[in-house]
Amino acid sequence: MKRVAVIGVGLTKFGELWETSFSQLFVEAGAMAINDAGIDGSDIDALYVGNMSGGRFVDQEHISCLIADHAGLTPIPATRVEAACASGGLAIRQGVMSILSGFHDVVVVGGVEKMTDVVTEKTTQTLATASDSEWEAFMGMTFPGLYALIARRHMHEYGTTREQLAMVSVKNHENAMHNPYAQFHSKITVEDVLRSPLVADPLRLLDCSPITDGAACVVLASEEKAREFVDNPVYITGSGQASSTIALHDRKKITVTDATVNAAKEAYARAKREPRDIQVAEVHDAFTIGEILAIEGLGFVEIGKGGKATEEGETAIGGRIPVNTSGGLKAKGHPVGATGVAQVVEIVLQLRGEAGKRQVDADVGLTHNVGGSGGTAVVHILEK
Amino acid sequence: MSSIPRFWRNMKSRYNLIGKRCTRCGEIYFPPRNFCSNCRRRGELEEVQHSGKGEVVSYTVIRTPPEGFERQAPYVMALVKLDEGVMVTTQIVDVSPEEVEIGMRVESVFRKIQEDGEAGLIYYGFKFRPAKEE
Repeated sequence: MKRVAVIGVGLTKFGELWETSFSQLFVEAGAMAINDAGIDGSDIDALYVGNMSGGRFVDQEHISCLIADHAGLTPIPATRVEAACASGGLAIRQGVMSILSGFHDVVVVGGVEKMTDVVTEKTTQTLATASDSEWEAFMGMTFPGLYALIARRHMHEYGTTREQLAMVSVKNHENAMHNPYAQFHSKITVEDVLRSPLVADPLRLLDCSPITDGAACVVLASEEKAREFVDNPVYITGSGQASSTIALHDRKKITVTDATVNAAKEAYARAKREPRDIQVAEVHDAFTIGEILAIEGLGFVEIGKGGKATEEGETAIGGRIPVNTSGGLKAKGHPVGATGVAQVVEIVLQLRGEAGKRQVDADVGLTHNVGGSGGTAVVHILEK
Repeated sequence: MSSIPRFWRNMKSRYNLIGKRCTRCGEIYFPPRNFCSNCRRRGELEEVQHSGKGEVVSYTVIRTPPEGFERQAPYVMALVKLDEGVMVTTQIVDVSPEEVEIGMRVESVFRKIQEDGEAGLIYYGFKFRPAKEE
């Protein structure tokens, strides 16, 4: 496919941000991205916003208009994109397609979620709406519960160990130590994970991503237009998206996320790349097992070998394929609608050489964003 | 769930494990659907009664329950593969969590699933328990 340039990136601090409202979060990340790109508001042709559940988290639908309004961008077209936790990644893809279609030259894509304005039970219930409401959630299933079923089966089929799951969390907490925007700056050990309270066996609290407020934003431009603003754009060279069954019980095989496999296949083909070309990746570790499924589904390691690869340090900074240098969803935080956009922000920083103490040497990176238990997956490939 | 019609229209399946089977390709759908994903417009779906026998494919113990399930926690949730071939998400009851294992034979039972607060509906449906000798 033709390349689309990322010419600016912005991010809020991730965490429990009591003093900041939903729209303030977005505007903060947006202003940073627009500044970074060196563009004016009048250069922007359209706005796409990834958001999972403004309606349940802050009693606000119609958020595309709210954000365009509060960002001072009216009357440009503003569109909300939703696919549960993959909303952000999907918003990026909508922005890419709107540029490739020739409709727009400069597009702002953001993601935002404000999760701490409601009590935890409501948050848990809202996240469960990403599963099959009538036949999973109704039966008493929770979101961590679904990933626990996958984790147990993965351990059963491939011999993945409880410790290997913990190592994903330990690595991502270590990486987040060097990310000033991350929710957690706390090193943890395998023992800490194994001693943390059980949420849904075999998954424990420190296997799960936290509840997070945050926003992320990027400015996309056509390759021709990008040169007017910046000298060093990073390019999106591949994009893939796939759907699968909403309910885990309808998948033929629960230990392989087929949406990830299919989305990756499309993205690799469009970018004319292979898994071995990828030098840094941000993947969807909403739960530790999620990162193992991701590196397997994306083809970085063989199916069933994700636990072992993690144990052997292949995915650590300095390893063969550094994964989640930002700290991932686990330690950077997971404001659901913002996550897919924040992943692109991290890869852009890495490719520009602006990732500070967590910098790796890379020219080609990948982002991987999953909705629900694997009903949606979005993959993007980025290059210098 | 807080909606009478939403529960009522699924009652047959929730109470008696009635699913759908495509007469053209044989694919079974439970929960029932009104469209065969394989045959699409050419598919023809008829009702099928499941036996309620199956085995545990994977399981977990829910310790942070959603609203409405607080008094049941901790409880075992599982993916059960029915002998007819489809999987369901279900609670495993009448057994302590430590005794549940992958491959365990189970059978369906009729139980209370949840209730809408003190004055709301009480929802019934299937759960599974360890199978009696077969």
